[in-house]
Amino acid sequence: MTAEETIQSELVAQFPFLAEKFRVQRARRLWAEVPADKFDAVVHHLFEKMHFIMLCAITGLDEGATFGLVYHLGVPSGMMLSLKVSIPREKPEWKTLIGMFPGGELYEREVADLLGVKFEGLPAGLRYPLPDDWPDNEFPLRKDWQPKHAVAPAAPAGEVKS
Amino acid sequence: MSKITIPIGPQHPALKEPASFKITLNGEEIYSMDMRLGYNHRGIEKACEQRTYIQSLYLIERICGICSHSHSTAFTQAVEELAGLQVPKRGLYIRTLIAELERIHSHLLWLGVAAHEVGFDTLLMYTWRDRELVMDHLAELGGNRVNYAVNTFGGVRRDLTPDEIAHILKDMDTLEERTKYYAQVATEEATLIARLSKVGVMSKTEAETLGAVGPTARACSVDRDVRRDDPYAAYPDVQFKVCVDDHCDVYGRVLVRVNELFESYSIIRQLLKNLPEGPIAVKAPRRMPAGEVFSRYEAPRGEDCHYIKGNGTDKPDRVKIRAPTLANWRAVRKMIEGNYLADAPIVIAAIDPCFSCTDRAIELVRPHGGEVLTWGALRQFGIEWHRRHGLDFADLNKKFSQRMERVK
Repeated sequence: MTAEETIQSELVAQFPFLAEKFRVQRARRLWAEVPADKFDAVVHHLFEKMHFIMLCAITGLDEGATFGLVYHLGVPSGMMLSLKVSIPREKPEWKTLIGMFPGGELYEREVADLLGVKFEGLPAGLRYPLPDDWPDNEFPLRKDWQPKHAVAPAAPAGEVKS
Repeated sequence: MSKITIPIGPQHPALKEPASFKITLNGEEIYSMDMRLGYNHRGIEKACEQRTYIQSLYLIERICGICSHSHSTAFTQAVEELAGLQVPKRGLYIRTLIAELERIHSHLLWLGVAAHEVGFDTLLMYTWRDRELVMDHLAELGGNRVNYAVNTFGGVRRDLTPDEIAHILKDMDTLEERTKYYAQVATEEATLIARLSKVGVMSKTEAETLGAVGPTARACSVDRDVRRDDPYAAYPDVQFKVCVDDHCDVYGRVLVRVNELFESYSIIRQLLKNLPEGPIAVKAPRRMPAGEVFSRYEAPRGEDCHYIKGNGTDKPDRVKIRAPTLANWRAVRKMIEGNYLADAPIVIAAIDPCFSCTDRAIELVRPHGGEVLTWGALRQFGIEWHRRHGLDFADLNKKFSQRMERVK
């Protein structure tokens, strides 16, 4: 059994709902989807029992009715597990993981700024990466977002041919 | 006593790039730091969604001028995995060669910047002169000093000639000689050791918990390197050592980078000696399949991550980039606490920050008194503060120049 299959069987034994939602893509690349209410239990198990102690990135996805949050977790020896959870678009609220991964603070602030997901428990602090005067409720990584004022200026007459 | 806010800036070029740190002082000591990043945010991730994969590649190469090949390779690898492309060995070797040349130029650049921040400007001049050897090769191989655009989906765009190979090998010997001397300076020169030791300290546990990456983490005994742990390109075919150090301070970060230079010279020799014959690229489709991929790359500053979600069209559905400097900022906040204000420039510089995501000013919060400083003034304050405390680089600069004259 490969190292990837070992991780798969251990996780599926612990969390049977993962059986259909776990995918071994190739060596060192694992993908899984967890329901929102089981996320904490799975992450704690991965962190405490299976040495997934690195949070490499958090990707925020706009998938229409839901927002996807993909936590790219890693074992220092090279194994990567991308753990996805979906939250409803009309109530984009999730909880912070900085208690477990203090280094993830800026990753969460980035998702909050660009996708508009509120992270419960994330302490107040300077925003990242949008400017302070960025308008409220404008989240550029949402698929339906269009820049309101950033219309390319018309080319000066006579200088540029389109 | 009311706190007074002292801005350093407002447009300060920390390491010639923008960033804002709000430093709270307790006398001379830094009590805490907060930072405001993002003024350089250019919306590249969003822009990629509106461009084809190949257009995105050229945009992604421009995320950073120093490690452009890092981002381009991380992205290219992800797209190749999505499309199921098998890159020919020769293409992988050339890609890895450029990666290591880039690491050499980046580390030499950093060594110079670090020397400049502490007032050792002769070392800056010499390392940057040596760096030109590598820059010339990058220009020769890629047609440009930065943004070499060597990568394409399925391989690389430019082949190597026997003349170029011979030229690179010759310059690796020259650079190795130079680097031996820098290593000697780093390990024997009392002023440099005294100035950098016990500055910006972070324990191994802190480095792991805070998610530090690259030389910043390796200088805290964190034995991690994507090239070995999650091998890509031609790294499975070469022998190299992961440079780890247990000083846990800025001095350790110097040693790690100097040692990594030697490893890069060795990797380049191995690549060129065993360079396979054959094509350098395979043809890639315009439309990429639907799917998700996650690519990792050991950039000069540490792990660089790219995530791509494809939807079966010629444009990516989502591109996510996590550059190494973003992973290191939380660690900087820890490392800078408890240091003297005079050490702020070198502690910030020690992660080799790459600011393509950042801001404008340093703000000092002092219990009393107030003044406005530029980054240059803060650097000067640091140099003079240490001079008053017995660490003066004037003699070392002179000695170093004389020695280099003799070498010539």
